Amino acid sequence: MSDHVVIVGASVGGVRTAQELRRLGFEGDVTVVGEESEQPYDKPPLSKQLLLGTQTEEEISLLGDGGWEAINTRAKLGTRAESIDIDSMVVSLSDGDELDYDALVIATGVRPRSLAPGLTDLDSVYTVREMRDSRALAARAALGPVVVVGAGFIGAEVASSLRNLGAEVTMTEALASPFARVFGREVGGLVTDLHRSNGVDLVTQASVNAIEKSGDQTLVRLVDGRVLEAATVVLGIGATPNSEWLENSGLKIGDGVFVDAGCAVLASGFGPHAEGVYAIGDVARQVDPGTNKHYRVEHWTNAVEQAHVVARQIVDPVATPEPLKAPYFWSDQFGTKIQMVGRPHESTSVSLHHFEAGGIERTAALYAYEGRLAAAVTFGWPRAIAACRSAWRTGTPVAEVLTKLRDLADRAKPVSA
Amino acid sequence: MRVASDLAKCQGYGNCVAIDERHFDLDDDGLVVVREEHVTQEERDTADEAIRSCPVAAIWLEDVR
Repeated sequence: MSDHVVIVGASVGGVRTAQELRRLGFEGDVTVVGEESEQPYDKPPLSKQLLLGTQTEEEISLLGDGGWEAINTRAKLGTRAESIDIDSMVVSLSDGDELDYDALVIATGVRPRSLAPGLTDLDSVYTVREMRDSRALAARAALGPVVVVGAGFIGAEVASSLRNLGAEVTMTEALASPFARVFGREVGGLVTDLHRSNGVDLVTQASVNAIEKSGDQTLVRLVDGRVLEAATVVLGIGATPNSEWLENSGLKIGDGVFVDAGCAVLASGFGPHAEGVYAIGDVARQVDPGTNKHYRVEHWTNAVEQAHVVARQIVDPVATPEPLKAPYFWSDQFGTKIQMVGRPHESTSVSLHHFEAGGIERTAALYAYEGRLAAAVTFGWPRAIAACRSAWRTGTPVAEVLTKLRDLADRAKPVSA
Repeated sequence: MRVASDLAKCQGYGNCVAIDERHFDLDDDGLVVVREEHVTQEERDTADEAIRSCPVAAIWLEDVR
């Protein structure tokens, strides 16, 4: 068993790993290194509840009562890990400290992409990554029109929240619809309808050429020559794994850090593993034993599951890793819960189904591969996605899933107001 | 032990149901339903995992008095 576990990253994956280690009875030392100086907090609310003001900063804290002491963990916040030496098992930090580790957990996550270097230096251009971004955007909602560049899930949630705060919102998307890359065009069209019916001016198939200041205004210039004027611009154009600090470390890196089913990091070249090095969360590109492909998943539930897996592996390195559960994500936009299970891009067909359940319109998209459920997306119907998660695990035929959903809709009681 | 829930916190994410269908379900509003309140010693690990999987801490275990 390891004596000193160093966890790099203090978001949900990192903090949960420390908590899980103690829960599983780990008695060695635990150190968490976090780049932000804020105490750890949960990130999904940054584009939703925190921005809307329906949750406070205290309510999204990741540490329970008793803070770090309760999990007997040393925290080095406001500190970056700069490199590791996998042979001598040492991680070097930005404050000059060098920590010996027996197990190292890389949980450094991702950072939002910027369109061009220097762009985010404009005082009116934001990305959403830290609590201060959310705070600043909430304050800017009243300053005038907002342009959201990129209708991925962060962009679409920010558009929804700022619209709710009363801002005039334009959202641009390079593809034919929001979420087109993940959901496909037809299902993405439902997100288009949701935003347009709530007053967002959604401009699709629009690529941004430049963003520049002109007096008080910020101008978003599109490739087709159109110019959008804004008081505030929010970039939601994807994220980049924070793995640069691991380059030349001997680890296998490539749009994330490659890990096996137990979250152990693969070595570059032909070596099997780097001893005692693990990666979890948004930065980890993990193998799916079913398909033997590596996937990087940028969602909360995945980070929590991997934190559990890695803590268990550290405590008991010879244990068989617990299998991954169904990939799952949620998004909240204009009061509609959009939930997804599985991997739509691995399907060969999709069918859209509209139901009335409990007096409310519900929609489910079922994605099939060889007749079985490869993925499902639901709009405003949590009960149905729960059924689909169960069906996904057992490889249920889509026809059976549809029957199940019809049954759920038929039996639904009128929804209380 | 028994399961307790706070419907004001629940957001219908459904992680609890995906892990522990014996104790948790969602209703038509998308809110958690405790199907079975009582958690035996053998069920404890699974119930704990379901509770930890909740993004908004809407469910927990408490002692039966």
